[in-house]
Amino acid sequence: MAESVAILGEERIAYLEGLVSQARAAAAVFTQYTQEDVDRIVKPMVLAGLEQAQYLAHLAIEETRLGVLEDKALKNMVATEFVYNYVKDKRTVGTIREFPERRLVEVAEPIGVIFSLLPITNPTSTVLFKCIMAIKTRNAVIFSPHPSAGRCCYEAVRIMYEAALKHGAPQGVFTCLESHNLEDNAYMMHHKDVGLIDATGGPGMVKAAYSSGKPALGVGPGNTPVYLEKTADLNMAVVDIITSKTFDNGTICASEQTVVIDDEIYDLVLKKFDDLGSHICNQKETELLSRTVIDPNTGFMQPLAVGQKATDIARMVGLKVAPKTKLLIAPIHGVGREHPLSVEKLFPVLAVYRAKSMDEALRVCVDVNRAGGLGHTAVVFSRNDEVIQKFSEVINAGRIIVNSPGSIGALGGVYNDMVPTFSFGCGTGGGNSTTDNVNVYNYLNIKRVARRTPAHMWFRIPDQIYFNLNAVENLGHFPSRSTVIITNPAMEQIGHVDVVRRYIPPQTLVHVSVIPDAEPDVKIVMQGVEALNFYKVDQIIALGGGSVIDAAKIMKLKYESPEADLEELAAPFLDMRKRVVQYPTEKASRARLIAISTTSGTGSEVTPFAVMTDKERGRKVTLADYSLSPDVAIVDPQFVISMPKGLTADTGVDCLTHALEAGVSIYASAYTDSNAMQAIRMVFKYLPIAYEHPQDEEARSMMHNAACIAAIAFSNASVGVNHALAHAFGARFGVAHGRANALMLPHVIAYNASVPTKFMPSPNQRGYTAHKKYAMMADLLGLGGHTIDEKVKNLITATEQLLDQLAIPRSIAELGISKEEFERAMPDLVKVAFDDPSGRSNPRMPLLSELVELFWSAYAGRDLAQAAVTSEKQSEKQRVDEWLCV
Amino acid sequence: MTMTTIPVWHEIDGERVADSLHETCQKLNGDAGNVSLDFSLVRRIDPSALKALGELASWADEKSVKIALRAVNVDVYRVLKLMKLASRFSFVA
Repeated sequence: MAESVAILGEERIAYLEGLVSQARAAAAVFTQYTQEDVDRIVKPMVLAGLEQAQYLAHLAIEETRLGVLEDKALKNMVATEFVYNYVKDKRTVGTIREFPERRLVEVAEPIGVIFSLLPITNPTSTVLFKCIMAIKTRNAVIFSPHPSAGRCCYEAVRIMYEAALKHGAPQGVFTCLESHNLEDNAYMMHHKDVGLIDATGGPGMVKAAYSSGKPALGVGPGNTPVYLEKTADLNMAVVDIITSKTFDNGTICASEQTVVIDDEIYDLVLKKFDDLGSHICNQKETELLSRTVIDPNTGFMQPLAVGQKATDIARMVGLKVAPKTKLLIAPIHGVGREHPLSVEKLFPVLAVYRAKSMDEALRVCVDVNRAGGLGHTAVVFSRNDEVIQKFSEVINAGRIIVNSPGSIGALGGVYNDMVPTFSFGCGTGGGNSTTDNVNVYNYLNIKRVARRTPAHMWFRIPDQIYFNLNAVENLGHFPSRSTVIITNPAMEQIGHVDVVRRYIPPQTLVHVSVIPDAEPDVKIVMQGVEALNFYKVDQIIALGGGSVIDAAKIMKLKYESPEADLEELAAPFLDMRKRVVQYPTEKASRARLIAISTTSGTGSEVTPFAVMTDKERGRKVTLADYSLSPDVAIVDPQFVISMPKGLTADTGVDCLTHALEAGVSIYASAYTDSNAMQAIRMVFKYLPIAYEHPQDEEARSMMHNAACIAAIAFSNASVGVNHALAHAFGARFGVAHGRANALMLPHVIAYNASVPTKFMPSPNQRGYTAHKKYAMMADLLGLGGHTIDEKVKNLITATEQLLDQLAIPRSIAELGISKEEFERAMPDLVKVAFDDPSGRSNPRMPLLSELVELFWSAYAGRDLAQAAVTSEKQSEKQRVDEWLCV
Repeated sequence: MTMTTIPVWHEIDGERVADSLHETCQKLNGDAGNVSLDFSLVRRIDPSALKALGELASWADEKSVKIALRAVNVDVYRVLKLMKLASRFSFVA
């Protein structure tokens, strides 16, 4: 810019500034126009262009001495009529496209001032095309013609401008640089008020445009390879190639440059070219042609040959050809500098290459494509779809023209349904920003108006759930040829297995597989799968607590889908619906899974989760997918009457944690809330009774149901940070899951009830509701309180009282873990807790520092839970005050 | 001591904005400390109106007159913003 300013002088700068100023004002005023205003202007412009098509063609030929008058006139008509046909019904003002199902709307924003460079080869047609696009999109354009096409371009701009002005376009919407030089272009390209550079021209111009730092649409040279494959319709192909290559004497940069012909048809094709007025050069003629029309120093075509007739070129070279020769055909034997005619030739000289195989043909096409034509255009003639597909895959071109002429085909709208254009985007291969056939949408800033879309939610549970005393009798409803009961030694010892066997239909072959009473590992699972395969089961009954049911879920998965990779299936995910790894749907065999729970906590009989230990790698593998959910759940309290007190307490608190966390989860819905709230009510009422009076059938029954109901809630709403903390702590210090949950619970309620430092993104939630949900829970429990804060406090107090009743240790310190040991473990605890997927559905996004605080609160114990509320309230007030700048 | 100024009120003709602005400019003298131009009838402005507004802004700067544009619709406001003219006026509802 500084250089061009120095060269230009004040007077010239004032002239250029005047153009920009006019264009800027026009563009600003244009923003007020409606779609109807714009469309009222475009049509008469198109008609004016059509009317003057021949006149402008004359001017272009006269000034540039390139091309064919009739073809230039035709191009002017395509640039007006065909382009209009494409754009006339397009919305380019205001809302231009709507996607109601995606709740997305696209709104057009004009660019403003466009600086547009024009080529010598298609000068007037490019002006007509760009003027129509600019008006349709409410932009102002400053045109800069090629120095050798200034007069015809200026006249084309004048015709368009007058027609536009007459029908209401703003003054100054089109201007055209009169006699100019490269410094003018440089000045304009760097001008702060120019919004876009549209550079249709040679590589130097395109490079300058992209180097300016402005957004640019740049097109550039091509080198169109053509594969003429043996199955092609040869008559059609030869006529199409001649039509295209001779169109406007080959000045369209999409025209054919080298035709690669299969060996089998090569001679026949050349004969057809010959028959239709082409001259096939011999070796000597080809050499002469190469030396004359290609600059030996640069390797590029000689400008003198551009747009000239075949006969004139022949004369220039010294070849004797028939007077009506349309095309000079030069056989070549390779691509590159040693084969000069393999480059772009914007005149009616066509190179041909004989290929011995399809592979060779494609290789040569790739070479031609990469010898100056990357991203531009390529052509294939074939009746074989596989050949067309392969060609499309290996050639880097924005336009792959099939069984049609390259130049006219690439323009779009004549031989195919591509967007009509006079500006071919060549993608990154050509140093361009697009591979589009440039049209109106490239002249717009498209704004996406994205409305909030609540994520689809779900509520999925097993097909059948049988509950209450003696629900196990329902096993009789499930016919089976071969059943395996997966259980643990305790169930066998206390006779639960016999109870189950009693109700299985008599014709069923029943086998019992006893697994250790611990979280299953890969070995146990695979042994189980062996048994399932051996007995060719069609039904699996899991009888036990969470570990047994989880083991049965994984065994079923591996039995039905032996190829399932458990490690891969355990890959982390953020949203189950968008997960990368999908569970298998193809089943080698099928078995019904009936889960009979013997604890009242995990709810594994209805959940889609399963946890196992990978002993070899020393870690837990969590699987989650609704295909893991049991088909049938039996919630029969007779199997929990004998649960020891400690287990009753731990599992009961686990159940309460499920319900509390599902209730405030970001995935909570009215469906899950109803279950969560009911479970909370049942736990507070019946857990103390079940704990104190284990033989109380009603309490046991209600707690067993509560565990299942809470599990239904968290199966669909997930859990939260309490589980993340408990998983990390429990695994590190070998503390039972329910107990670990209990240690965190009051602190997590206080934490979630306060104003988050960081909100969790949750499209389904309207505002932060965790504190209100806790207050609702307090109301449901009849805990009293007038304000939300009071109710939350009462809920925490009630939770603490419940934990006291259950004689659950209330601090980590009480477990005998020293402060030093806990401190040493802290970095790992925080890391594991943060990575735990449970935390991702928590209403507050837990910060690492907050996880540390929560762990220490749990370490210190009871007093801190209430203190946390107070301190959170203080810090909440402080945060709000800061936010309000009080 | 603050100088008392007499606000001057002019309504701009929506059909002939540039002419109306020119006429207004001719009527004003430098004594008016505050000028309020009512744009409520102006739906759209053209390049000549833009030019007139530019001239008006320059005149106001020279004479230390403050010009308030009243009831400017957002489309017109956007044009003034694009032309960097908005900062030279104040806007009132």
